[in-house]
Amino acid sequence: MTGPSRRVLAWSAPVLLALIALPFVVPPYQTVLLSYGLVFAIAALGFNLLLGYTGLLSFGHSAYFGMGAYAVAFIVKYLKLESMEAFLLGGILASGAVAALFGLLCVRYTKIFFGILTMALSQVLWSLAFKFFWVTGGSDGLRVPTPTLLGGLVRAGSDKFEFLSHRYYFYVLAVFVVCVAVMWVIVHSPFGQALQAIRDNETRAEFVGVQVWHYRWVAFLISGIFTGLAGALWVPLNGLTTPDILHWTFSGKMVFFTVLGGFQTFFGPIIGAIIFNYLETYAVGHTVYWQMVLGIVLVVLVLALPAGIVGTLRRLGLRAAKAA
Amino acid sequence: MDTLVVHVLNALLYASVMFLIAGGLSLIYGVMRIVNLAHGNLYAFGAYVTAWAVGRALGGAVEASLWMYALLPVGALAAAVLGAVLEPTLLRPLYRRAEEYQLLITFGLLLILEDVMRLIWGPYPLQASALYEGLGSLTFGESIYPTYNLVVIVIGGVAAAGLWAFVYRTQFGVVLRATSQNMRMASALGVNVNRVYVQAFTLGCFMAGLGGAVIVPQQGAVLGMGVDALILAFVVVVIGGLGSLEGALIGALMVGFVREAGITFFPEVELAVLYLMAAAVLMIRPAGILGRA
Amino acid sequence: MSVDILKTTQLTKSFGETHAVDHVDVRVTAGEVLALIGSNGAGKTTLINLISGLIPPDSGRIEFQGAEITRASIHHKIELGIARSFQLVNLFDQLSVHDNVTLAIFSREGRTRRLFSLAAADTAVRDEAVAVLKQFGLDARAGAPAGGLSQGERKLLDVAVAYALRPKLLFLDEPTSGVSTREKAPIMDIITQVVRSGGITAVIVEHDMDVVFTYCPRIVAMHQGTILADGTPDQIRNHPQVTANLLGAQTA
Repeated sequence: MTGPSRRVLAWSAPVLLALIALPFVVPPYQTVLLSYGLVFAIAALGFNLLLGYTGLLSFGHSAYFGMGAYAVAFIVKYLKLESMEAFLLGGILASGAVAALFGLLCVRYTKIFFGILTMALSQVLWSLAFKFFWVTGGSDGLRVPTPTLLGGLVRAGSDKFEFLSHRYYFYVLAVFVVCVAVMWVIVHSPFGQALQAIRDNETRAEFVGVQVWHYRWVAFLISGIFTGLAGALWVPLNGLTTPDILHWTFSGKMVFFTVLGGFQTFFGPIIGAIIFNYLETYAVGHTVYWQMVLGIVLVVLVLALPAGIVGTLRRLGLRAAKAA
Repeated sequence: MDTLVVHVLNALLYASVMFLIAGGLSLIYGVMRIVNLAHGNLYAFGAYVTAWAVGRALGGAVEASLWMYALLPVGALAAAVLGAVLEPTLLRPLYRRAEEYQLLITFGLLLILEDVMRLIWGPYPLQASALYEGLGSLTFGESIYPTYNLVVIVIGGVAAAGLWAFVYRTQFGVVLRATSQNMRMASALGVNVNRVYVQAFTLGCFMAGLGGAVIVPQQGAVLGMGVDALILAFVVVVIGGLGSLEGALIGALMVGFVREAGITFFPEVELAVLYLMAAAVLMIRPAGILGRA
Repeated sequence: MSVDILKTTQLTKSFGETHAVDHVDVRVTAGEVLALIGSNGAGKTTLINLISGLIPPDSGRIEFQGAEITRASIHHKIELGIARSFQLVNLFDQLSVHDNVTLAIFSREGRTRRLFSLAAADTAVRDEAVAVLKQFGLDARAGAPAGGLSQGERKLLDVAVAYALRPKLLFLDEPTSGVSTREKAPIMDIITQVVRSGGITAVIVEHDMDVVFTYCPRIVAMHQGTILADGTPDQIRNHPQVTANLLGAQTA
């Protein structure tokens, strides 16, 4: 195994142990809060495959998160199923289908066209969620009961909060670990190298034999599926899905926390998502002008800390190592 | 026949406003190669400022006096000033950096402006309908049509002509076009590129603000109008080609007419039809009808 | 009887009023090393762009090893064995020197489709990349990001990446431009050595006539989209139109 992979395994082991021990150490509220953070981290992983590794900045990723969430709601409403595995499968299929379709349209373009096209397409979905209110519940949304885990082996029982803060948390943690591992392999694979080549130099990539549109489309698809998976995991936590998660403001949050953590590193978006989750939870109670705060922080980040939190720490760390 | 005329006028009305917004976007892109994601918010800002000014001028009155129509450009001027402040502070530092940063910072700006407007004017819509009703309506045949709409259409036409003359017939226009075609060359010839950039950006913002200012008597200023407008302006620009004023005009006309047809015959799918049109153009001719890629 | 690896017939491309490439007929024999010279705007890069697939021609034919490839995709042409380097260096700046080459090899082997295997684990490809870098004298810089290299090193890497595709026909667009005079000969030595030992046909666009006369047994001179002259260095040196239009206009 190569150097970077070995190093990552080395420090991820204690982190993982800490995460596993968490529910036994902190109040249940904190565990559920972190569950939200882990869910957003999975979405960030998916989002960053496109941004950090392929060089495509999407402003419409709420579409896939929302498809994942609504797929779960529809499975409950129409198929009357309550199995988390069915939810995950449904979320993956729904978000994958939409990503495949939107990807076909979007990946021929880059930069601004790509950005606004993705934003526009997700707004179309959002408006459909309102228009077809007899299916989607309109602005009231759709309720989702707590699911059963592991094919019905694990049930919620009477204490929903206890379920969410223990059994469901471990489930989310397990899926999170799997997602991190899978994404790690993908970005370090020859395919991942091809994506980075496309990001760095589209023309040269073409002239090295990499068919740029096709690879972008595959990246788009994988990205959408990860984000959709996050959406499916999110719904049981929230108990409810509404059109809000399809709105461009939610896409903006994904952009924000990825950039916050640093989109040029693998773990940056994960850290950014988790930190953002805490920021939002604690700050949203203090001001209704939350968008403005986000916007200001984003502007400051771009001007002063373009590498994000993790990226900047890494650079400081490298500089300290060189000075030592 | 009369209803046809009404539909045509509605389409032209929409096209006028879209031309102002999309034209501003295209102008800025043509000269500076940047797209301001907050451009729609400048349109919204223009709408809010004008509505506010009119509201103040009215006081408690219900009917508008004639002099109040002179307040319309206030919103456009405010948007222009805002643009003149934003370009050197937020955009100039990023010209050397990757384009993603430009998108990110203008997105941050979008978030900030949305909430600034909420902060200043609250979450409820702001109206200036006194100006709209003040001009009454024209009757022709069996139809009645608001006179104000005709004024907007005229303004749109004048703006198109004025802009064309400005870009193609003035000294500044020459400098603008030279800078847009070859920034380095223009700079080597002594053009103060920084100044041209801020001027172009200000002009683009003025146009967006004017779009908001002229339409606010008809539809009011409401939170979220900025982003909706941005996405529609994008559709126009995709069809007409980014960077081309003529393209923005053609795109705006097409969008205006298709939307009017859509609303009349298939009201449910109005938005989708526009996006489909944009998608079709993107697939057939990615640079747009008159665009330079 | 030598084999025509490349043949163009009446190849034409215009941009508005300008005939960038004007009914060009050219034949290249397999294994040749030829120089393509001409003043700026003569059509050299456009010709390469046409043949390599970056832009489509307005009219005319391009044949590679007897098969028509006039409108083939870039991808297809690379599969057939045509590769190129670029006048303004085109590299993957954030990837390491080593990874720039491994990418070309992965692509050549069709392995860029693999999502679930670690690139670092493929030792065969990594070893081949190291061997290529050694041939180009870049193995010492293997771990550095491509963006951090000197101009001469970047020029060589640009060629190395194209070479790693194991092409049959290699277009080199100004491989020594922007490089100090002192560095030109070593770069050209490496290139010609690599090309000869690989049996690769090379078409080199160059402005530096010293480089051209030293390294290229055949020279094709272009002027305003057409071929002015085609021959050995001696023939070209003494060709009246070439000396009038080109050699006089050359900067050292």
